[in-house]
Amino acid sequence: MSAASIPDARPDAREIVLAARNVAKSYGSVHALKGVNFDIHRGQVTTLFGENGAGKSTLMKILSGVIQPSTGEIILDGQPVVFNNANEARDRGISIIHQELSLAPNMSVRDNIFMGREIIGPTGVDFAEEERQVRRLMEELEEDIDPLTPVEDLRLGQQQIVEIARALSVDSRILIMDEPTSALSASEVEVLFKVIRDLTAKGVSIVYISHHLEEALTITDHAVVLRDGNMTAYAPRAEIDLEWIVRNMVGDNYDLGAPPASRFGEVALSIRNLSVPDPAGFNLVDQLSLDVRAGEIVCIYGLMGAGRTELLETCAGRLRASGGEIVLEGREISHLSIAERIARGLALVPEDRQRDGLVQTMTVGENLSLASIGRFTRGLFTSRSAEKKLVGDSIREVTVKTSGGHAAIGSLSGGNQQKVVIGKILATKPRVIMLDEPSRGIDIGAKAEVFRLLARGAEQGLAVVYSTSEVSECLSIAHRIIVMHKGRISAEFDSTVTKEMIMAASGESVAA
Amino acid sequence: MSANTAQAAPSRGRDFSIGRFLLEGRAFFALIAIIAVFSFLSPNYFTLSNFLIMSSQVAIYGILSIGMLLVILNGGIDLSVGSILALCGVVAGAMMQGVEISAAGVILYPPVWAVVVLTVTVGALVGALNGVLVAFFKVPPFVATLGVMYVARGVALLMTNGLTYNNLRGSAALGNTGFNWLGFNRLWGVPISVIVLATIAVLAGLMLSRSAFGRWLYASGGNERAAELSGVQVRRVKITVYTLSGALAAIAGLVLSSQLTSAGPTAGTTYELTAIAAVVIGGAALTGGRGTVRGTMLGAFVIGFLSAGLVIIGVSSYWQTVFTGAVIVFAVLMNSLQYGRGTRRG
Repeated sequence: MSAASIPDARPDAREIVLAARNVAKSYGSVHALKGVNFDIHRGQVTTLFGENGAGKSTLMKILSGVIQPSTGEIILDGQPVVFNNANEARDRGISIIHQELSLAPNMSVRDNIFMGREIIGPTGVDFAEEERQVRRLMEELEEDIDPLTPVEDLRLGQQQIVEIARALSVDSRILIMDEPTSALSASEVEVLFKVIRDLTAKGVSIVYISHHLEEALTITDHAVVLRDGNMTAYAPRAEIDLEWIVRNMVGDNYDLGAPPASRFGEVALSIRNLSVPDPAGFNLVDQLSLDVRAGEIVCIYGLMGAGRTELLETCAGRLRASGGEIVLEGREISHLSIAERIARGLALVPEDRQRDGLVQTMTVGENLSLASIGRFTRGLFTSRSAEKKLVGDSIREVTVKTSGGHAAIGSLSGGNQQKVVIGKILATKPRVIMLDEPSRGIDIGAKAEVFRLLARGAEQGLAVVYSTSEVSECLSIAHRIIVMHKGRISAEFDSTVTKEMIMAASGESVAA
Repeated sequence: MSANTAQAAPSRGRDFSIGRFLLEGRAFFALIAIIAVFSFLSPNYFTLSNFLIMSSQVAIYGILSIGMLLVILNGGIDLSVGSILALCGVVAGAMMQGVEISAAGVILYPPVWAVVVLTVTVGALVGALNGVLVAFFKVPPFVATLGVMYVARGVALLMTNGLTYNNLRGSAALGNTGFNWLGFNRLWGVPISVIVLATIAVLAGLMLSRSAFGRWLYASGGNERAAELSGVQVRRVKITVYTLSGALAAIAGLVLSSQLTSAGPTAGTTYELTAIAAVVIGGAALTGGRGTVRGTMLGAFVIGFLSAGLVIIGVSSYWQTVFTGAVIVFAVLMNSLQYGRGTRRG
């Protein structure tokens, strides 16, 4: 990083419309942002790159007033400002389009766009005027959406357009778009880019976040890369290329281990022509086949919506397949319940540990022993000593940093909570362990520990399948890398593959 | 950023002070305070005979509230227990009057043990209906049990045409005497109803703290999705707790109609609310996953001893209602104080 590219402490107000200086944000012991400087150029597009958990969304939420920074300041037009909530930021002309849609599905497009700031006429809300404005916005966006359609009747991409229209309707000077294209079709992306160019021509500043790197490169004027809550690089468009972004996103010395030298055994898990339907009709997982051998570690890479979670949850028994077979050590298990599958040795560590992994009302020990209560039940009652031993062994095995089994689960850091979820599953003595995004929201040290744990399991003959949306995690302990795209396997690699090859196969760097 | 965690640590440490101690044992201290105040106000309050009488009144609510605790631990609610109590009382009453089988032209007078078994079965079946509605048809517990509450009450009214069975003593000639044993007799000086309550409380306590089922119940109440992925059969747990709640309501119905030696279809109206209050005062969280039998028993005794005390010192029953309400609101306030912090992290 050259000296010239470091943002000035005092930003030039003519050039820089909004700036963050040394902004940090921590949630308990988790540091999401560690003193970041960020500039938004007037009338230009600034793109923020970074892997999941790098702090992109956190930074954007701070800039738009949704959350407040722990330390650091926000400078608007050369003046330090404090936004206490998103409304204050919106009043100053800063709007955000969130990654997750924030629309009320039961209400019409018009009502959603004017939610919270209805146009009041002499006889209450002036629906006619609202409708007229929505029609004009939709024309501008070249979308044929009727203002009176309930949002739930729209396709996901159209809902995204409504979200964008809402942000445009408030005449923002600064518009933050957090992954606006993830649900859009190629032609909708084209329209969105045209809208972005029109807006910048009018002097509106855009902050753009996307996982589609090449797509983002076509629209951006400046690039900023975040990694683990730090800003790692900063440059105008003319000086950068795809390779520069990937190198700065992932880092060079990013060691998550290497594939363990385990001897592969028999095929432990065999998935044959598995299909999982979506309520809307198409297949989330489409005729997918995959074999995993004992002692093998398979990584499934794919973007959001590629079908990774659905594949794993179907194997675990939460979702029902519409076709195909799941064979565990030679026996078909599609008809078994989750409990029976765990008893046979197939278990899932879910993606969202707060929602699906942990019972917050129970202690660390109770969480660890939850999936293997049968192992310490003697007759009618549980044996306290047997449970204590199991919990103690688990805590040691997965190295949970805790004051003991009686501690509240909420007292642990994210990484240790994740180890509890993994420890719970390992305590069932599985033959095949599946982990959906095991590194989500945990810091890099804990990540490495989790991966070491999996590698050790594989050496002892455990079959491991894990999914990830971070390329660097594919190139760690996995013997084999499967790339999923739209419910199918789009490529299969061994551990000698490069990051660029994986990204290309996922549809990530293919321009839309 | 590290300043944040450094500040949090000592305040967490302070939680384990006297305030924390009082907060955790609040139901117990409330009960002690109630006994102390009323003993001071009335010489008749602090006597063994009064405690036994009050306890036998608490027994009805206590039995209902244990069933309610199981449902609330699961994250549900059971509004139908008062109606099930009445329905089961009426069913027992009808059987004591004799069941006429017109096809055979005979009237059957089942012995009391059979009446008890059949009545509890009826209660369990109605409870199971709640469970099936909630677990399989995904009806929200509030709505499912509200519906069953009306249906059960209606059926009880239909069975008796709105009247009350007054003669439950049976007759020696028919071999069905002994129904009033539950409500009137004593064992070692302790009313049978209190012994029934104690037995159920001990069994439920053991089940919750020591059995695999108890662990399943706490887990599925705390986080159903996580419990399911850990191999807990969450639907089976659900149906079981509603079934147990129904069966316990039936037992409460038997004890009540035995105490009154009559069974009316309007018995137990609003008892479900008292049961919920006892559970809440006992420190259970209505969101599920937190609560103990010990707390619930203390809650039931707080309500029972408070209203009995107010009667003894001659406070109007209107004021009793106000006091009970105030205690409930205060208890919920304390619950949110206890659970509101320290758990939202992560």
